[in-house]
Amino acid sequence: MSITEILFFFLSALAVFSAIMVLVSRNPVHSVLWLIAVFFAISGHYILLNAQFLAIVNLIVYAGAIMVLFLFVIMLMNLNKETERNKHIWMKLAGAVSGGCFLMVLVSLVRQASDFQEKTALMGTGDIGLIKNLGKALFSDFVVPFEISSVLFLSAMVGAVVIGKKE
Amino acid sequence: MTLLAFDWALLIEKLVLIAVIVFSSLGIALYTTFAERKVAAILQDRPGPNRAGPFGLLQPFADGLKLMMKEEIIPNTSNKVLFILGPGLAMTAALMTCAVIPWSSHVELFDRKIELQIADINIGILYVFGVVSMGVYGIMIGGWASNNKFSLMAALRGASQAISYELAMGLSLIAVLMLSGSLSLKTIVGEQMADGNFWNIVYQPLGFLIFFVCALAECNRTPFDLPEAENELNFGYHQEYSSMKLGFYLFAEYVNMIMSSAVMACLYFGGYDIPFLDESTLAPNIAAILGVGALLTKIVIFIFIFMWIRWTIPRFRYDQLMNLGWKTMIPLALANMLITGAVILWRAGG
Repeated sequence: MSITEILFFFLSALAVFSAIMVLVSRNPVHSVLWLIAVFFAISGHYILLNAQFLAIVNLIVYAGAIMVLFLFVIMLMNLNKETERNKHIWMKLAGAVSGGCFLMVLVSLVRQASDFQEKTALMGTGDIGLIKNLGKALFSDFVVPFEISSVLFLSAMVGAVVIGKKE
Repeated sequence: MTLLAFDWALLIEKLVLIAVIVFSSLGIALYTTFAERKVAAILQDRPGPNRAGPFGLLQPFADGLKLMMKEEIIPNTSNKVLFILGPGLAMTAALMTCAVIPWSSHVELFDRKIELQIADINIGILYVFGVVSMGVYGIMIGGWASNNKFSLMAALRGASQAISYELAMGLSLIAVLMLSGSLSLKTIVGEQMADGNFWNIVYQPLGFLIFFVCALAECNRTPFDLPEAENELNFGYHQEYSSMKLGFYLFAEYVNMIMSSAVMACLYFGGYDIPFLDESTLAPNIAAILGVGALLTKIVIFIFIFMWIRWTIPRFRYDQLMNLGWKTMIPLALANMLITGAVILWRAGG
């Protein structure tokens, strides 16, 4: 087993464990912190794929900004009491069954899709995730979708300002 | 990634480098606390700490010993795990920045070329940004876990301040990146050292000013030390902390100061470049040692300016802080970015 494989399994285990803890934690602040751990594990996977830019942007945007806002809301709403209501046993059962079905569909899709077969990830050798190549791809091949998505972000920002503005 | 293929010599080399850099940062931080008190004393025309050892030089050790000997109090209404995690996160985030800072050029030892930088990664400055944005969690988690209204208010203030000023900081940085065309700190320093190029401060005076103000805000230094505004919030987010946990929070601030000074020196003041001297004429080892000296000198000057500002300028009010960040810093940084881009285009096209 090479170091890369050990790291891969460690990061995957960490990601899955943290993701389960996000759901299991009763305290919402703990959930947010476990979610940050998930982001760290996923960034680790990006680094294994040599996508350094994606890894760090994932951390800056998701762990560094969005999760801080989540924490803000949770702290300001004072949700630190364990507010989870007792759900009915049938509700839990129905949730487990439907979730399991969804998982099965997903797994079978991934296993059968021709796009995924016979393909392996480039571990540590691919260089499309480096910032230079990514920037070139974004500003030449994908410039129209890129610019359109920036307009989308702008409209979201303007919308937030309009909603937040005092009368 | 030769590290993963187990190049043991490289592994040992990097471990030694990490240990040296982390411990020397901590040592410098220790003496920065002493320098802070001395500078304050000089600016206020009093002798300052002068009892422990010659010129009071042993004072930081006395302080550290005092902090460690104090009783460890964990409030029983606090969230214990997060209460302990908070100061640890603050310290970790503060120290992690040192991984990408090029402390000097390379030394040649035992037939090996050793780069005096822990990792020259392709995204160096973004890594610094990622770590800085993690630093917020130390404050937020500590403040929230204390289960104290003042701590929570201070934590929220600190976090919103950090987020607001991160934006202007990032925008002012983009101008530097456009000049150097790389995110790696080593390349940015190399560009400034190259023949015929000046330090970035010559091209980016406004950008540096914005970056400096934002660095003050990110380090929670006066005039932006609202998270620990004593007269409004008692002691800020670390009010409930005692003993070494408090020490970690206070210490993390000084480590942050050192790291942001180092980043500023690398981005705008040529890093380990010695002005008016061509390093390539010297033997590599001597050049490396002189380079470390040059970078440390720049760091010390920045730290002194940080302290000078702290003991001279009064604190902002919270709304003034937010106005300055959002209505002055961000537009200025945007204008700076546009002008830099336009000039680069004009020069490239003309």
